[in-house]
Amino acid sequence: MSSNKTVLTDDVLIERHGLTGEEYQRIIKILGHVPTLTELGIFSVMWSEHCSYKSSKVHLQTLPTSGPRVLQGPGENAGAVDIGNGLAAVFKIESHNHPSFIEPYQGAATGVGGIIRDIFTMGARPIALLNSLRFGLLKNSQVRRLFTGVVAGIGGYGNSIGIPIVGGEVGFDKSYTGNPLVNVFCLGIAKVDEIIKAAASGAGNPVYYVGAKTGRDGIHGATMASAEFDENSAEKRPAVQVGDPFMEKLLLEACLEAMKTNALVGIQDMGAAGLTCSTCEMGSRGDVGIEIDVSLVPQRETGMTPYEIMLSESQERMLLVVKQGHEAEIEQIFEKWDLHAVQIGQVTADGKLRVKDQGAIVADIPNRLLTEEAPIYHRPTAEPDSLDTMRNLTFSLLEKPLKTLEVFRQLLRSPNVASKRFVYRQYDYMVRTNTIVSPGMGAGTVRVKGTNHALAMSVDCNARYVALDPYAGAQLAVAEAARNVACTGALPIGATNCLNFGNPERPEIMWQFARAVEGLGSACRALEIPITGGNVSFYNETDGESVLPTPVIGVIGLLDQADKVVGRRFQEADDVVVLLGEGFGELGGSEYLELAYGLIRGVPPALDLERERALQRLLVYSATAGLIKSAHDCAEGGIGIALAECTFDSGLGVEANIVGISNDLSETPFAEVATVFGESASRVVVSVEKKLLDEFLDRAAKAGVVATVIGRVGGSHIRLSIDDRLVIDESQAEAERIWAMALDEIVESSRAVA
Amino acid sequence: MKFAVIVFPGSNCDHDTYYAVKNVLGMEAELVWHKDTSLHGADVVVLPGGFAHGDYLRTGSIACFSPIMTEVKRFAEAGHPVIGICNGFQILLEAGLLPGAMLRNRSLKFQCEQVFVRVEQVDTPFTVACQQAQVLRIPIAHGEGNYYAEPEVVECLEANRQVLFRYTTPAGVVMPGANPNGSVNAIAGLCNVTRNVVGLMPHPERSCEDIVGSAEGLVIFKSVVQAVTNGLQDSGSIEPLLGR
Repeated sequence: MSSNKTVLTDDVLIERHGLTGEEYQRIIKILGHVPTLTELGIFSVMWSEHCSYKSSKVHLQTLPTSGPRVLQGPGENAGAVDIGNGLAAVFKIESHNHPSFIEPYQGAATGVGGIIRDIFTMGARPIALLNSLRFGLLKNSQVRRLFTGVVAGIGGYGNSIGIPIVGGEVGFDKSYTGNPLVNVFCLGIAKVDEIIKAAASGAGNPVYYVGAKTGRDGIHGATMASAEFDENSAEKRPAVQVGDPFMEKLLLEACLEAMKTNALVGIQDMGAAGLTCSTCEMGSRGDVGIEIDVSLVPQRETGMTPYEIMLSESQERMLLVVKQGHEAEIEQIFEKWDLHAVQIGQVTADGKLRVKDQGAIVADIPNRLLTEEAPIYHRPTAEPDSLDTMRNLTFSLLEKPLKTLEVFRQLLRSPNVASKRFVYRQYDYMVRTNTIVSPGMGAGTVRVKGTNHALAMSVDCNARYVALDPYAGAQLAVAEAARNVACTGALPIGATNCLNFGNPERPEIMWQFARAVEGLGSACRALEIPITGGNVSFYNETDGESVLPTPVIGVIGLLDQADKVVGRRFQEADDVVVLLGEGFGELGGSEYLELAYGLIRGVPPALDLERERALQRLLVYSATAGLIKSAHDCAEGGIGIALAECTFDSGLGVEANIVGISNDLSETPFAEVATVFGESASRVVVSVEKKLLDEFLDRAAKAGVVATVIGRVGGSHIRLSIDDRLVIDESQAEAERIWAMALDEIVESSRAVA
Repeated sequence: MKFAVIVFPGSNCDHDTYYAVKNVLGMEAELVWHKDTSLHGADVVVLPGGFAHGDYLRTGSIACFSPIMTEVKRFAEAGHPVIGICNGFQILLEAGLLPGAMLRNRSLKFQCEQVFVRVEQVDTPFTVACQQAQVLRIPIAHGEGNYYAEPEVVECLEANRQVLFRYTTPAGVVMPGANPNGSVNAIAGLCNVTRNVVGLMPHPERSCEDIVGSAEGLVIFKSVVQAVTNGLQDSGSIEPLLGR
């Protein structure tokens, strides 16, 4: 190795690798010598925030990760829960925020590709995708470019590979202008006893490389995701990878076929930090070493150095450890799919990652230095000074609200509330013929062929709430995702999270993060939903401005009988409309305040997790017992918007009368909007057949859920009264037109102007 | 009777088609790899949807050179029933088994949604169980489904009654708003001159069970079962059907 040893004392070089001086000294100390350039590159990616979780680890360790159904918690490529019939649901969510800002189509597409690989690496066939997206305001032409590009990229990859995108959420806030969030969730099904781990074992077993050739794309992608953006970020374009969904489709089918043999020891995809991360993590998990020769790695560019090969993030590549003597069996399968499986090294007993170039050692590092012994930081936290001001909401200083009907129309048109058909129409949400609740109709739900079961899934986060109170906001996100799943009749059984925050080196960001993780853990404990994995994305900032703290929660739920699934839409005229839960006129952090005054102010709605739990259990019971015909959560825009949404795509109107709020707004001009558009938590609108009403109300009472009959389905209008005084009277068709067309109109009309 | 579902690299509706035929219809089905050179004694061939060869170069353009296509052509020329769905339709166009070509959707975007198609002709193996002018609710999912052919070719298609499905309103009326992709004459599906080779853009295999939103596509698979059972296969030609 001596011939290759370069003495690196250049501070600039160290800084360019995203390492601090202290970290560099630590490398020298634990390695026992000055690293070679290849070694420095390997350390820099493995110790990056993205791969090491060095700022978040101490907090994430507090999350509840176990439960009777949990088959695999955090630490593998994805989590897994038991869904009966010998089957497991394997799922996870991941971010691809930074690449999507630099190159929206490819950034988003490769985000889809990455999370799909995480799922099939576990031996599961991916059967559904969700996306959680955040953008700035659509009046900005750059934002429109990002929005349309990201949506096209997600569709382009998902459609081609044939995995349906069955739901998700899209939100808009100016804080995301220079830093969109692109989070993609994937769920797959595996046989419990066929789940495959990403651990190497058995010294002498061959290590194979399969999939696309290695190029210079994506070098230092993980390091890029661990820094903020500034005006020079466009220069980082070469760090974005380009996706090839066709290659991934072949890889998916070939890997699933290879896994059915008994010839595989372990498998891992080459995602962030590519060959480096996959080799040292597989070795580390199995307590063995891996030795590879980079000159054997298939390359699509000439003259690549060991450094470049080890750090490339070229897409659609997998690392396999094969049982000695079974090489031909595996090679044949990949040959069938026109892919080449190339042996690039073998498992060793010494616990080291050893990289050779035509036989000469260029890096030799004990795995544990890269993984377990990576730095862990207890970063300082401090409550932001601005929080007191933000939480203070004085209504008397605000202009009087517009007429409730006018606010209603404006809310329907708001991109946060309006139909996301513009987005999901570009997604193939039906392929695999399992989708029983399609996008826009409730939590995405897929049946599990060969069983009576179905799985419902939802990703949610109201970042305004998190900004105002990270602890409560994260709890509310868990509650909302689980409630959406429960509305279909599915029992929430597992969660994953994608925590999108700013720069963790800033104490106020770290405070947001720490509080949000506490809230997340407490809500998951109370609702008995274990967290089986996830992803942290820090440094979501541009020019020092952070995005709203956005801990996106994905919850999956199990429906015992797929044919009992319940959707958002009203089903039949004369059905009774019942409100579960109570409204307290809470406007803190509401869509209304943002829409009418451009304010993110106040305190988020109060959440009682015991009540939430009771509500969700009631929904699951009622769906299974066939007591309810539709169920829809009250979220942004409160009950006014929820009622309208229940009528959309149903061709039916609704007439409802609700009780006015009694709080400090009761006697103010804000009483009406607070009653109709307040966003109190734990509320669901259900419709019930008349003859089952008594039975349902009885059930609700026994469950301890407040259930109020508020009206009936039918007619051609949406009519809402407060204490018998009509405040909204709108043609159902017109309300639906406003809501359905809003996003198309905003994107198309602004394009015309631009 | 047996269906062969051809699997090209990048096919992604192969399993759905197999499931519809086998589990919903209760017929025998086999997935046949594109490098295979035999149809394994199948009575019906389905080219499923997806992105064969990643849609690279041009949709369907590489798939028509797969070894199995020689057999598919031979099978079609012998008068046996062949259906191409979505990408399978695009492959049939590239293989010259059906006339015309696909352009990008008028919207220039991928579109996935339920549409309505009217059955125009019931004298083909894939429509024989339909009612004349029956409207079916079947989904589309494609980026290039804007059917185009030279005006004289379209004229010929119409004169020969080769247009089998047209995009319409739920009531069966052809109008611009009901045409999702801009196809000429609202053509959603057509057959060859001998009427045994059919291509359509909507996905009948996705609408075979009410639980997934519609069971109205099943009639297309039922049709071919009826046609084969009633002797199309035995006669080795399409004469019995042409006489209807």
